[in-house]
Amino acid sequence: MRIIVPIKQVPETSAVRMDEKTGTMIRDGVEAIVNPLDLYAIEAALLLKASQPEGQCEVIAVSMGPPKAQSAIREAMSMGFDSGVLLSDKKFAGADTWATSYVLAAAIKKLGDVDLIICGERATDGDTGQVGPGIAAWLDLPVGSYVGKIDGLTDGRINVQRLLEDGHEGLEVQLPAVLTVVKEVADPRLPTLRGKQRARKAELTTWNADDLNLPDENLGLNGSPTRVVKIFRPSVTRECEKLIATDDQSINTAADRVLEFLQERELV
Amino acid sequence: MKHNGVWILAEQNGGIVQRISHELITRGRKLADKLGCDLTAMILGSQIGNDGLQGLLDRGADRVIAMQAPQLEFFLIEPYAKCMMKLLEDYRPEILIAGATTTGRTLLPYVAVKVHTGLTADCTVLDIEDETGNLLQTRPAIGGNILATIKTPNHRPQMATVRPRSTQPATVIEQNRAGEIIRLDAPPELLTSKIKRTGFTPLEDSHNIEDADVVVAVGRGIKKADNLPVVQKLADSLDAALGASRDVIDRGWMSYPHQIGLSGKTVTPKLYVGVGVSGAIQHLAGMQTAENIVVINNDPDAQLFRVADIGIVGDLFEIVPVLTQKINERKKP
Ligand SMILES: Cc1cc2nc3c(=O)[nH]c(=O)nc-3n(C[C@H](O)[C@H](O)[C@H](O)COP(=O)(O)OP(=O)(O)OC[C@H]3O[C@@H](n4cnc5c(N)ncnc54)[C@H](O)[C@@H]3O)c2cc1C
Ligand SMILES: Nc1ncnc2c1ncn2[C@@H]1O[C@H](COP(=O)(O)O)[C@@H](O)[C@H]1O
Repeated sequence: MRIIVPIKQVPETSAVRMDEKTGTMIRDGVEAIVNPLDLYAIEAALLLKASQPEGQCEVIAVSMGPPKAQSAIREAMSMGFDSGVLLSDKKFAGADTWATSYVLAAAIKKLGDVDLIICGERATDGDTGQVGPGIAAWLDLPVGSYVGKIDGLTDGRINVQRLLEDGHEGLEVQLPAVLTVVKEVADPRLPTLRGKQRARKAELTTWNADDLNLPDENLGLNGSPTRVVKIFRPSVTRECEKLIATDDQSINTAADRVLEFLQERELV
Repeated sequence: MKHNGVWILAEQNGGIVQRISHELITRGRKLADKLGCDLTAMILGSQIGNDGLQGLLDRGADRVIAMQAPQLEFFLIEPYAKCMMKLLEDYRPEILIAGATTTGRTLLPYVAVKVHTGLTADCTVLDIEDETGNLLQTRPAIGGNILATIKTPNHRPQMATVRPRSTQPATVIEQNRAGEIIRLDAPPELLTSKIKRTGFTPLEDSHNIEDADVVVAVGRGIKKADNLPVVQKLADSLDAALGASRDVIDRGWMSYPHQIGLSGKTVTPKLYVGVGVSGAIQHLAGMQTAENIVVINNDPDAQLFRVADIGIVGDLFEIVPVLTQKINERKKP
């Protein structure tokens, strides 16, 4: 069987600094990493591969992004992926989730014979979680989202547990299918030294819009139904009454005032 | 036919209309009034009680369209998507808003691709652009560091999801308010599914900070898990649920369902009390809409003070016990 994991390269957001004046991200010196939530999808695919007889399951990473996104694919390979495809073309730039899932779906179709596509729950930069279900729609496949556990794979079906607001829902999904997975699904392994060496030397496949035979009008910013019209810093609005409490007396006074506030607003 | 009207996707569970539906009415009513058009609530399910459907009208919907079939009892992507697409095709709404629930976040992106339109996730503010009548969708981006306003100028319907609890549910305007309830049987050919639901196990930890009227949130200022009882006592005195910042969760002092913020839950309680929480932008994203905000922090410049109504600058270990005692005394008959 063949499992595909779409992975995205993202800036390391916990290190993101903002230009206070322009409200734009300072990209200099920000490291590009594999979307942390995609590591769980990678691990889930590797575990499924290990559960199949030797040589029976192939795991492939695909990523749409600039040429440097090949390092994301190499990382997946250093963890044990068989191969990877980079989807790179200037025409893909500025794609929203509609146009992104369009290109990814086209690549998956071109790879062919795919049984399972496993996406991360969401990417930490765009943060939409829309690309996985979008791919399913393009390929007319069923999608099981928010999967927290994979119970097993038999007879062209996969059994999974979705993590919902109020509990775990069991699903039996007919393959081929798309899954989006959450953190609970697996514990991502670290790349091995041998894996890293193999990944460094590996030949990656790169496809552009022509390789995929895609019309310009559906690509990138052009093909995106949504438009960003404004970007701004969140503003904060309330006037805070600040009470300084440093010793017993001021603590007492401040606590009295808070109690009074709570009573005024009928909260106690 | 021209696209017309604002729609919301109401959700049911066991035939009972869920709270998110009423939150969406708050959002949808505002947009419909600004556009001068009708607000329609669509809902998919098996047997949906009449009270729930009338309740949608009573809270401000002008029309309810319920599509029913036994196969629609639970959310399954294919039948839900096909039924939704059928309704979108037959009625052609201009705007469709859903909750950013596990259902909304799966169904809408799937349908948006199928009907070729744009979708904006997790919006915090929705508005109508004056000149064009386009939907303006504002959402946090890049880890909450910025807000982006997005529109879908050339495709219809314009679609958005909004986070649960990011607004108050609409209250009843009038009992038995006039309006249309349309019940439709789902066409059988739309109901095939390659997915079968095999079971459901409810979460054990029923503690829900989203449902609480009062939330006390604890941050890293508490220093260690052993100190939690200090804040728990304050929470008890206020009948509050205890929430936390991500730092507290990451350190394992409390479990993930308690996390408030961008990557946790959004809460909109009547009262939020932040204790030893700095108020990082990602935390603010989950609690800013609380009606009243009280802060205790020893750093006078902590960000959280900027969204607070009232705050005490000082050591939480000295202040919290005093405040707790005063609240308990006041409660005594
Ligand atoms: C992509 C992303 C998503 C995130 N999502 C979330 C999220 O969902 N929720 C969230 O909360 N965070 C989130 N964060 C993390 C966030 O940026 C902050 O790191 C976190 O909120 C800080 O937690 P804190 O306020 O408890 O800790 P700190 O920032 O360390 O603040 C502790 C506060 O306690 C005060 N203090 C210390 N001692 C005392 C004392 N004795 N008495 C009174 N006050 C005291 C200090 O002055 C300080 O203000 C996210 C970050 C990223 C990058
Ligand atoms: N450019 C991309 N290349 C490959 N996979 C992607 C890309 N964008 C999103 N994905 C996949 O879709 C998931 C959800 O992303 P998003 O909808 O952007 O939050 C990610 O976790 C990835 O698995």
